[in-house]
Amino acid sequence: MNATTDKTASTASQLSSGARLAGGAQQKLLAFASLIALVIGFSLASPNFFQVSNIMAILQATSVNGVLAVAATAVILTGGIDLSIGTLMTFCAVVAGVVLTWGGLPLPLGLLAAIGAGALVGLASGTFVARMKIPPFIATLGMMLVLKGLSLIITGAKPIYFNDTPGYTEISQGSLIGLVIPALPVPNGVLVLFLVALAMAFVLSRTVLGRYTYALGSNEEAVRLSGVNTNAWKMAVYALAGGICGIAGILISSRLNSAQPALGLGYELDAIAAVVIGGTSLAGGRGTVLGTLIGALIMSVLTNGLRILSVAPEWQTVVTGAIIILAVYADQLRRQRG
Amino acid sequence: MRDLVNMERIEKRFPGVHALKGVGFDLRAGEVHALMGENGAGKSTLMKILSGVYQPDSGRILVEGREVMFGSPRAAQDHGIGIIHQELALMKDLTVAQNIFIGREPRLSFGRIDEARQNREARELFAALNIDIDPRRPVDGLSIARQQMVEIAKALSARSKVLIMDEPTAALTDGEIGELFAMIEKLKSEGVGIVYISHKMDEIKRISDRVTVMRDGEYVGTVEAQDTPISRIIEMMVGRALSDEAVVVPDLTRAETALEVIDLNRGREIRTVSFSLRKGEILGFAGLMGAGRTEVARAIFGADPRESGDILVRGHKADIRSPADAVKAGIGYLSEDRKHFGLALGMNVADNIALASLPAFANGVGRLDDGRMHRVARDFIARLGIRTPSEHQEVRLLSGGNQQKVVIAKWLLRDCDILIFDEPTRGIDIGAKSEIYRLLADLAADGKAIIVISSELPEVLRVSHRIAVMCEGQLTGFLPGGADTTQEQIMQLATDRSGLRQATRQEETA
Ligand SMILES: Nc1ncnc2c1ncn2[C@@H]1O[C@H](COP(=O)(O)OP(=O)(O)OP(=O)(O)O)[C@@H](O)[C@H]1O
Ligand SMILES: [Mg+2]
Repeated sequence: MNATTDKTASTASQLSSGARLAGGAQQKLLAFASLIALVIGFSLASPNFFQVSNIMAILQATSVNGVLAVAATAVILTGGIDLSIGTLMTFCAVVAGVVLTWGGLPLPLGLLAAIGAGALVGLASGTFVARMKIPPFIATLGMMLVLKGLSLIITGAKPIYFNDTPGYTEISQGSLIGLVIPALPVPNGVLVLFLVALAMAFVLSRTVLGRYTYALGSNEEAVRLSGVNTNAWKMAVYALAGGICGIAGILISSRLNSAQPALGLGYELDAIAAVVIGGTSLAGGRGTVLGTLIGALIMSVLTNGLRILSVAPEWQTVVTGAIIILAVYADQLRRQRG
Repeated sequence: MRDLVNMERIEKRFPGVHALKGVGFDLRAGEVHALMGENGAGKSTLMKILSGVYQPDSGRILVEGREVMFGSPRAAQDHGIGIIHQELALMKDLTVAQNIFIGREPRLSFGRIDEARQNREARELFAALNIDIDPRRPVDGLSIARQQMVEIAKALSARSKVLIMDEPTAALTDGEIGELFAMIEKLKSEGVGIVYISHKMDEIKRISDRVTVMRDGEYVGTVEAQDTPISRIIEMMVGRALSDEAVVVPDLTRAETALEVIDLNRGREIRTVSFSLRKGEILGFAGLMGAGRTEVARAIFGADPRESGDILVRGHKADIRSPADAVKAGIGYLSEDRKHFGLALGMNVADNIALASLPAFANGVGRLDDGRMHRVARDFIARLGIRTPSEHQEVRLLSGGNQQKVVIAKWLLRDCDILIFDEPTRGIDIGAKSEIYRLLADLAADGKAIIVISSELPEVLRVSHRIAVMCEGQLTGFLPGGADTTQEQIMQLATDRSGLRQATRQEETA
């Protein structure tokens, strides 16, 4: 009767509790197995793949997309979508640049400003969706363009460098873990991704906000008639996602040591792809952060592995697209049998 | 008569549930065969197997003597087996006619759909059924009763040899039920075999030829409908005899007023409705479908806007603009359409029961106490006799009646002072029904103020301390509860179109 626990598990995310972790891992077994298969396949194909340095590079490459995908997961679980997360990330990076480089203010203020700006923009998107009843796709499509434009206007289309902020690159490139355990130089960006994912998994599986997130995606009208202020909670989810985009903005600008205003478009699609590969339903109500993490890893393992095998970038794109379709198809098959 | 269908030793297991244990069933041409049993007995599952929705784990199905295997609903349809499902399954954004002919659209050249013909045929169908629905309007916005009629028309349009009706009258008025029964008689005379699932005993007596009873996934027996007393059928269903109690009307003259509604208005649906409700009182709302009872309830609850009118809770004006406001003011509402409005179907039983009370399970930072939530859920499962393998089961996998019990548990847990039950026993079996009536009485005795909206007159008479009757958006009168009030008195007020507002006022002060 494993299927019973399996079904139960699907309603909540499971990163934080042992018993439920088992159920969640079981549900995500397929995605996880594909990930392992990819890793083994690439390791056999090229001796350069399974090296500590390359694994670290893969993890590092996952960090930004992973954080964005965690943000997207929350919104998608409500039955919505957020197309603005890519350009919002850039916008937040620009805000950090303005505060730190132009304003010369201390580092913590810059970080807070970036996260705060993200949350505010998310709140705005949430307001459009929840209160003004604009379909999420359209509201966030509009927001995506607005933010792209604003980033270019603010910066005059030129990058803002963080050369005057000592330690800014360390935020993503440094390794706190490496300081403690020299054999394990995990970049801070990866640590951040892990913490963000853990926090989101906790929120989704253990808190009122999380339970409403699933409930909204499952049957919004039922939630409203239960006397829940659905608009407010939905706005909270978008704001939370926005704040996380702020973190992504910090990560990416730290890695580039600059806020690049032209960057950002297209990141939202990669993030959504990771969410979908991870088994979250675009209709809302079903999915887990663990799945999203696995989805994001699959994408970067694929990119990295194909590059090591010297596959042309054009073909890498084709393969990624095919993988998305395959992943969702496999998930469907599993669901029909289960 | 020849056998249209034979089902033999049908077995079906779901994760954690042995839904059918070697069940047999047969259907003759030109008969109405009623299928009865408590919530979760396996009636819908058996019929879903016959109509190709589910595949049996083992067992045989014969149609007109030949063994068949249905891999899909389509395959069953091709053998002339049609079904009207218990839970409505219409596409809200398509028109009524498009819904009826989905998958079988009349075609023109180049694959175009012949909408005109589709609409014409739908109109003819409705005319034969005596239903007044415009085939060109979208399904979205139709009342449940009307959606139900669309489902019936859809099944009839396929010209099936076997027609399965899974609780088709749960949302219909007496008038509409009459039309449906006339239709059933006509189909019978044409040799169609009809499987009829219902929890309403009087219907079974009225139209069925044979009755098959199931209990806990097992076949109990088949009897002739005419020479078997209802009490015997109930005994077969629940495994024991049920005693029927009458309502005891308490003396409430000194009870506080819990809720007062003054001059509530919205368009033609709610016309200047005023009434009050005391603590400990059960006020029944009777009326025909579309009389505006649900509209009044939703307006009080803030689910729909109101144009004018005041709502006073315990003497204080309550500014209710949303369900969240209403719940804060201590008002709870159990929706009549549990699938769309009452439940988060993909979530589990415990989550659904807690849905209206989540903050009560959270600590300062919003962390939920899942352990307590599940303990509370288990408690309600035991109290209401909800049939589910555990509180972890997804609600969509429960039988219809057990879903309804989950909605009730949700509001019992929320512990509101004023509870509005809209069709609380729709689709609930007879044993559970009497449990729910007892529960309502207990809640009232505890000092809750309760409104019960019901289309079943015996139910209104069974539970109400006082009865309000509505007709076309107006309150046409109040009747006292108790054994002296008759169904005829209610019907008279329910069809009273003269708009006697004065009479209403007098009744109320009397
Ligand atoms: N898809 C499913 N997965 C798991 N369990 C199921 C599924 N469908 C039905 N069940 C379970 O099988 C049992 C029989 O359900 P069924 O819907 O046939 O009952 P029913 O007799 O139609 O009841 P009701 O009168 O409430 O409609 C119930 O315990 C139900 O929870
Ligand atoms: Mg049923």
